[in-house]
Amino acid sequence: MSKKLVTGNHAAGYALSTAGEANRNARGAVCGIYPITPQTEIVEYVAKFPFTKGRVIPVESEHSAMGVSIGASISGARAFTASSSNGLAYMVENIMVAGYYRLPIVMVAVNRTLGPPWNIWADQSDTLMLRDFPWIQLYCETNQEVLDTTLLAFRLAEDRRILLPALVCLDAFIVSHTQMGTDLPEQELVDRFLPVLDLPHRLRCDKPATMGGLVWPQEAMSQRLEIDEAMERVPGVLEECRTAFAEVFGREVTGAVETFGVEDAETVLIASSTIATTAREVIRNRRAVGEKIGLLKIKMYRPFPEAEIRAACRTAKKIAVLDRNYAAGIGGIFWWDVRAALQDCSPSPLVQGYLTGLCGGDVTPSVIDQVIGDITSRHRATKPIWMAIEAGKEKSR
Amino acid sequence: MNSTSTVETSSVPVNPTIACSEDCLLRPGNTNCGGCGMSVGLNMLDRILEETGQQCMLAIPACCGIVTAGGFPTSSYGVPVIATTFASAPAVASGMAGVCEINNESEQIICWAGDGGTYDIGLGTLSAAAERNENILYICYDNEIYGNTGGQRSSATPLGARTTTTPEGKTERKKDILSILAAHRIPYAATLSIGHPEDFARKLRTALSLRGLRFLLMHSPCPTGWKSEPAESAQLVRLAVAAGLFPLYEIWDGCTYRVNVEPAWIDPREYYRQQKRFRIDDIDVEAVQRECKENFQRLKILAQQFPHRS
Repeated sequence: MSKKLVTGNHAAGYALSTAGEANRNARGAVCGIYPITPQTEIVEYVAKFPFTKGRVIPVESEHSAMGVSIGASISGARAFTASSSNGLAYMVENIMVAGYYRLPIVMVAVNRTLGPPWNIWADQSDTLMLRDFPWIQLYCETNQEVLDTTLLAFRLAEDRRILLPALVCLDAFIVSHTQMGTDLPEQELVDRFLPVLDLPHRLRCDKPATMGGLVWPQEAMSQRLEIDEAMERVPGVLEECRTAFAEVFGREVTGAVETFGVEDAETVLIASSTIATTAREVIRNRRAVGEKIGLLKIKMYRPFPEAEIRAACRTAKKIAVLDRNYAAGIGGIFWWDVRAALQDCSPSPLVQGYLTGLCGGDVTPSVIDQVIGDITSRHRATKPIWMAIEAGKEKSR
Repeated sequence: MNSTSTVETSSVPVNPTIACSEDCLLRPGNTNCGGCGMSVGLNMLDRILEETGQQCMLAIPACCGIVTAGGFPTSSYGVPVIATTFASAPAVASGMAGVCEINNESEQIICWAGDGGTYDIGLGTLSAAAERNENILYICYDNEIYGNTGGQRSSATPLGARTTTTPEGKTERKKDILSILAAHRIPYAATLSIGHPEDFARKLRTALSLRGLRFLLMHSPCPTGWKSEPAESAQLVRLAVAAGLFPLYEIWDGCTYRVNVEPAWIDPREYYRQQKRFRIDDIDVEAVQRECKENFQRLKILAQQFPHRS
């Protein structure tokens, strides 16, 4: 195993391309691509990749990038794309279609602020706006996690028990443009990990079917129920995929959640993506001096890992949820869902939301310290607290 | 050149012995309105595909054409169909065609779309697929309204036509979509009329024999929206050709032209009168006629200067 210094975007492009190449002995790989900062290097990587049996179609919009991938996937090819921010917003209609057609498309999304204002830095509100669609959502911390999770996502999405598209998310610039030592597995290993795709409902002339015609309420609702059942199977199949991943690649890939020191924690911080990285370091130092504090990283946001969250918060009296995202009129999106997941716990822990690092702001160890200071001295929860906002408010007056 | 000064009953153009079976493209018992041009077009497509021994898959955006399929679990289509979002048929078809290409498969990937999905919401997607010259046959059945939603104006609606969103009659002319597509230098672009079935069949054969993006614009009567007599649909669109309102012509590679039917220059009122969507008093018929003649003259000059030699 040799590590190379590559960016998160490079890692994502590598994973998408080698996954596509791994389907060369079946119906190949076809995808639609369209640039948007800060994911452009991903689709550039894919465009340069010498596929044995593949076609990369540079289209005129994100909407069509997903359209092409839908056409490719329903024809039995391995299909994927990448996007970000307003690009995802423009793509929404076809994102929804890919899910309801049960197409195992994998999309890498670099989390970037939705405009306006024009801001290209990290913010998860873009992919979280897709939270109610039938897509698996996975949030990554490091370049290696991006690469591994992308490969994992194909196996999970294409599993006959699942057949749902998957979104692999990473923070703009902090991961997308930062070089880290990353193991780039040989094609042969990727081939071993990813079986060729055999889509059960692919369009074929010898068995004509109409996809997406009129369906009456009962049957249409049962299609929704089937999606719900597939979503429920995700955690179990994810674990199987992780085991297979470890066998092939000789390393672990994170599952639905990752915990650090929660076993005896009275206070648990909940975070995702790179905020989890910083929080872990702060918590490591505090635990070293005896503080009963832990970290719960939520890696899989959809389906929402309610059972894992409840288990991780078993001993917690106080829970701080850090959100680099914002739902207008609600607050942090993870916070809202965590509260719902824990609402009937007895005794019920205090759950406080903190909005931090929105629109690309730095979430430094001192911000994490402030959160810990606040949650430690707090006796009841309030509406979400906007962290480190004073300087910005001053300037915009 | 044919003269279309009189309305005549069209003969069936090709192999009339092919019986309609469950294997056909558009199955019997579908829910299309009587006199719908799309039904004729789909049957014609089926016959020419069978004649040329080809198979197809359809990508159909939101339009009457997807309602045609009927209710799950049955379908009126005997070929594989995928419903796409309104603007996405050419994008989805690009993905399908890409997979066919890398697997050396010869199925025709066909977009079957209405004028709303072609002239309006899907134009950007279609333009992009045309610019990439994807291996797609794109057929627009142009009924000059958003028929599926009850008859609103589109940019294909002709001047003067009353729709639910132009209650006083449309004040703008119909968009020249064929010129837009030809400007992409696609291998083949042509207009079709169900009132001229031999010409229709020949153009389908031509389109099916070529690779790349081929665009066919079919004037497709909609008795429900046009408020016309269903049994007269074929004769009605024949009048549009005879009046010069819907010229029949072909363009290869955006460069060489052929005009197929010389209009008889009947009074456009003959066409307007048979449809309640038009009120002749609202329309400056002389101006319309003048413009049709100028347009046809331009096409003829192009066809003389840049003739297609096959």
